[in-house]
Amino acid sequence: MAKITVDGIIYEVNPQNNLLQECLSHGLDLPYFCWHPCMGSVGACRQCAVKQYRNADDKTGVVVMSCMTPASDGAIISIEDPQAVKMRSNVIESLMISHPHDCPVCEEGGECHLQDMTQMSGHNYRRYDFKKVTHRNQNLGPFINHEMNRCIACYRCVRYYDDYAGGTDLAALGSHHHVYFGRQEEGTLENEFSGNLVEVCPTGVFTDKTFSEHYTRKWDLQTAPSICTGCGAGCNTTPGERYGTLRRIVNRYHHDLNGYFLCDRGRFGYGYNSSDRRITEASIVSVHDDEKGVRKTLTTHDAQRQFDAMTAGDVVGIGSPRASLESNLALRARVGVKNFYAGFSAEQQQCSQAVIAINREQGLHCPDIRTLEQADCVLVVNEDLTNTSPRFALALRQAVRNRASQLAADARIPLWQDAAVRELAQNELSPLFILSPQGTRLDDVATDTFLGTTASQIGLLGEIAAAIAGSGSGLAQQIATALLNAKHPSIVSGISAGSVELIQATANVARALRQRRPDLAAVDICFALPEDNTMGLALLMEEGGGTLEQALQRLASGNADAAIVLENDLTLRATPDAIDAAISGTPTLVVIDQIHNAFNVRARLLLPCTSFAEQNGTLVNYEGRAQSSHQVFPADAALRPGYEWLTPIDPLSSALTTSETILYHSAQTLPAFAGAEKLLPARTGIAALMKSPRQSHRYSGRTAMSANLNVHEKKQTTDRESAMSFSMEGLPLQKDASLLSAAWAPAWNSNQAISKFQDEINGELKQGCKGAHLLQRSLPPQSPVSVSTNNTSNVYFIDHIFGGDELSAMAPAIAARSVGAYLCVGEAEAKRLGLQQHGRAQISSGSYSAELPVLIRQRIAPGAIGIYCGGEINRHAFANGVSISAVAEDGNVLARSHQMFDELVINDSVNHRAMGRG
Amino acid sequence: MIQLIKDTLISQVVTLWRVFVHAFDKTDTVEYPDVQPQMAARWRGRIILSRDPDGEERCVACNLCAVACPVDCIALQKAEDEEGRWYPEFFRINFSRCIMCGFCEEACPTNAIQLTPDFEMAEYVRQDMVWEKEDLLINGTGKYHDYNFYRIAGKKIGGKDKGEARNEAPPVDVRSLLP
Ligand code: SF4
Ligand code: SF4
Ligand code: SF4
Ligand code: SF4
Ligand code: FES
Repeated sequence: MAKITVDGIIYEVNPQNNLLQECLSHGLDLPYFCWHPCMGSVGACRQCAVKQYRNADDKTGVVVMSCMTPASDGAIISIEDPQAVKMRSNVIESLMISHPHDCPVCEEGGECHLQDMTQMSGHNYRRYDFKKVTHRNQNLGPFINHEMNRCIACYRCVRYYDDYAGGTDLAALGSHHHVYFGRQEEGTLENEFSGNLVEVCPTGVFTDKTFSEHYTRKWDLQTAPSICTGCGAGCNTTPGERYGTLRRIVNRYHHDLNGYFLCDRGRFGYGYNSSDRRITEASIVSVHDDEKGVRKTLTTHDAQRQFDAMTAGDVVGIGSPRASLESNLALRARVGVKNFYAGFSAEQQQCSQAVIAINREQGLHCPDIRTLEQADCVLVVNEDLTNTSPRFALALRQAVRNRASQLAADARIPLWQDAAVRELAQNELSPLFILSPQGTRLDDVATDTFLGTTASQIGLLGEIAAAIAGSGSGLAQQIATALLNAKHPSIVSGISAGSVELIQATANVARALRQRRPDLAAVDICFALPEDNTMGLALLMEEGGGTLEQALQRLASGNADAAIVLENDLTLRATPDAIDAAISGTPTLVVIDQIHNAFNVRARLLLPCTSFAEQNGTLVNYEGRAQSSHQVFPADAALRPGYEWLTPIDPLSSALTTSETILYHSAQTLPAFAGAEKLLPARTGIAALMKSPRQSHRYSGRTAMSANLNVHEKKQTTDRESAMSFSMEGLPLQKDASLLSAAWAPAWNSNQAISKFQDEINGELKQGCKGAHLLQRSLPPQSPVSVSTNNTSNVYFIDHIFGGDELSAMAPAIAARSVGAYLCVGEAEAKRLGLQQHGRAQISSGSYSAELPVLIRQRIAPGAIGIYCGGEINRHAFANGVSISAVAEDGNVLARSHQMFDELVINDSVNHRAMGRG
Repeated sequence: MIQLIKDTLISQVVTLWRVFVHAFDKTDTVEYPDVQPQMAARWRGRIILSRDPDGEERCVACNLCAVACPVDCIALQKAEDEEGRWYPEFFRINFSRCIMCGFCEEACPTNAIQLTPDFEMAEYVRQDMVWEKEDLLINGTGKYHDYNFYRIAGKKIGGKDKGEARNEAPPVDVRSLLP
């Protein structure tokens, strides 16, 4: 610890940091633009000027850039010195000379870092009388708006997009005061993390296009802390609502997980909430003779009555990995453990069980995303992370830079000296090895990518484990050596291959490494999971219950009076024949869901349920970290959370009606969820007396928004479930982040206000809730187990960030970037089968067949056949190998796919590119 | 003592005299509604939405009036035409809540929302005091005749390209290296 003096007050600081960061850490207001907590300093904007004195006798001092000056022991600075103040106001004035008169029509207005800093620096009137520089905008695709006039040339966008996120299609173009931040040619921003530009750019140059379509100022959004439903990573989000519809999602800082950044699926995938495919009312298919087969709407009351009557007997309940823990628990309580079945496909269930066992094994450790960023050697097995759990991929892009950090430490360059560190490291990257059936988006920073089918990956993993133990050669030896030499090796995989053998073979590498590296407290290994609550459901299944296969068999054989399927499109989880047989054997099929899909149209009784933003719920991420997702706004009266529909009929357990009581009860009674009650906000102190408001203190229009319907304002909906209120009344958590939704602090209206809630910059949130870890290392360490595979299928299934997830695929912006199902083969394979690029092929397996457009790729495992289902074809029908034949060309190529294909194969031609701009 | 009596007593007597003299003044009150009072132009009465000198809706749906309103009686929603112009999809004032404080007019960056001298807004049914954009929008510029926000703002709209706003240079050619 060092001490510095700021305006006469002594602060304890970390000398590894710069002055700006330390001033902000101590809650001082010092304006800045180009510095970013995650990207360090480059000294480009000159906004953070302070006065520094040589010693106590020095009364003159010099103006320095605080972001470029180390917080060295004994430093004496002044923020309030008149010369420094003047300098800052001159700088902001010059940054604003060409700024358009746009605030009223700027999406950034009201949460604009430039507005905040302009106020803070004291610039009011434009004195510059010459002409303003103007720019033409580009159409950057369905996610991002571009309004270049508003740029202040801080370079944050390119530093984020190119240097941090690995994008290649955004650059600083032009020269001098004509510098332009955009693409060489108008077109969609390709990077999967482009949405973060909205928050990274301190001005309104890059704004959220989906938000702009139903724009609302930040102060008018009703918000609550929420969890992303896009995948199993558990990123924290802040969704915002106005007039009853969800308007946008922004990042919510979580120290261990997403930090400051989300992926584009998480940010732009919310659109399904107001999709016209939402189920908005309960309906039942009539069985009366006169109107047989007609679907009729029901009132909520009638629906509940029908539901209770239909499900009084012997009922099968099928849970869901995308429903909250509470809804799954309520279903389980309603039907009883012996009638409760997992809503996973067979492979998903086996794989997630294997993952849980590995997450419990001593000697191994499941890294959170921040820990992954610190890995200095990474082995990725099979998972195309950018397309399955995208935030992991962004973390791995930082991990490969640990070589640069190392070099900088050796050269005694502080890490925040971003440009210097990059200049020093040039192209040197920490080792990253990828095993995959096809080229991935991370190949550009990978040391090597091994292209192989599941079976050959298992083979290579065996060789790596052997090489770690002592005998190996070639690539296996290279990977083994890198893992053995690393300070902080990490292994990342997932369950998308659906192969338990692959998971075991991956774990074997970690186990072998643990045996050779007693210096490591534990070896980091983690598995990305597809849906937001895959881990939660897998843990619940440990407490009893059957598999989906058993459920479908039982239904097919007519051994149940009814079936309740919770938020689950079962057609995605089993073969069409198995589903058909189960449905025809079920006298009464009840489905509770949010969106109309191929499965729930066949339900007798269909009950509409709330989306993540309309209900409270607990989701368990890939680490076994349970997190609360809070209701953002009251749903339409016809919609109810799954757990409310499922309220037990039995009066004894009828106390279990709110999400909190269900969670508390299960934490008490089910060992797998012991400790989950820690998620419930403390009912002590002030929080016990006052709720925390979901609406900002400047929420507007309260006496007019519903006045067209009735001039007498309704009472605000009371939230009987959580510690938050649906109004602006209550105790705003000004520095306490336990229920932090939209970050705001006096003078800090943008999301950068988050620094006021951190215990230090990039630190933990004050009083923040990081979730409750449900998995303990309770199993003894294991030696590598023998893995034999009889999996010889050359078929693998492709994932896509856009369209690959059932719910977000319904969001219009995501749909605009999705492709339909296609078949992917290598050149040799295409020649053998007579397939043409963008032609069509017939695939068949047993009684199933489908016709798909063909994509021929260079970077694909020899002999492998990739299928992307795109919500159109059933994965399970083709999992055991397919036969392929070309379909005669009719010249009718899918135009949309054609263009998208071009985008998909970007990584066919990757070079190991230089880090940094160039 | 004498001084004190002088000061206070004289002041009392003078005041009484002045009040008495007022009894012969011309009256300020008028026989409303038979006689209409003369309202100053700056009187804060019925709120209108005005149009810019080009005849287009002035309001850009920035929400500043709504947030400035102390009784929260303004609600609106932003929409955008194909050429980039922001306008309110709906704009609602609940006059049964409005206190005619004029903060909205103060806040409005486009001079769209203005208070007028009209005060005759009483209704028998409270619901009728909820006014929508169609009721609020007038066919003129109101009190401020010249201001045209979009001619100053940098955003491109139909009929005004980049570089055509006040004090703007033509858009730069990014490919040129000339100063
Ligand atoms: S970027 Fe900020 S300062 Fe500039 S027009 Fe937008 S809101 Fe106003
Ligand atoms: S576009 Fe935004 S982030 Fe990029 S330089 Fe301009 S102001 Fe900075
Ligand atoms: S990585 Fe997963 S959890 Fe995180 S934002 Fe993306 S989709 Fe959501
Ligand atoms: S302040 Fe003016 S421009 Fe903005 S929404 Fe209100 S009336 Fe429209
Ligand atoms: S923040 Fe220090 S120069 Fe930009």
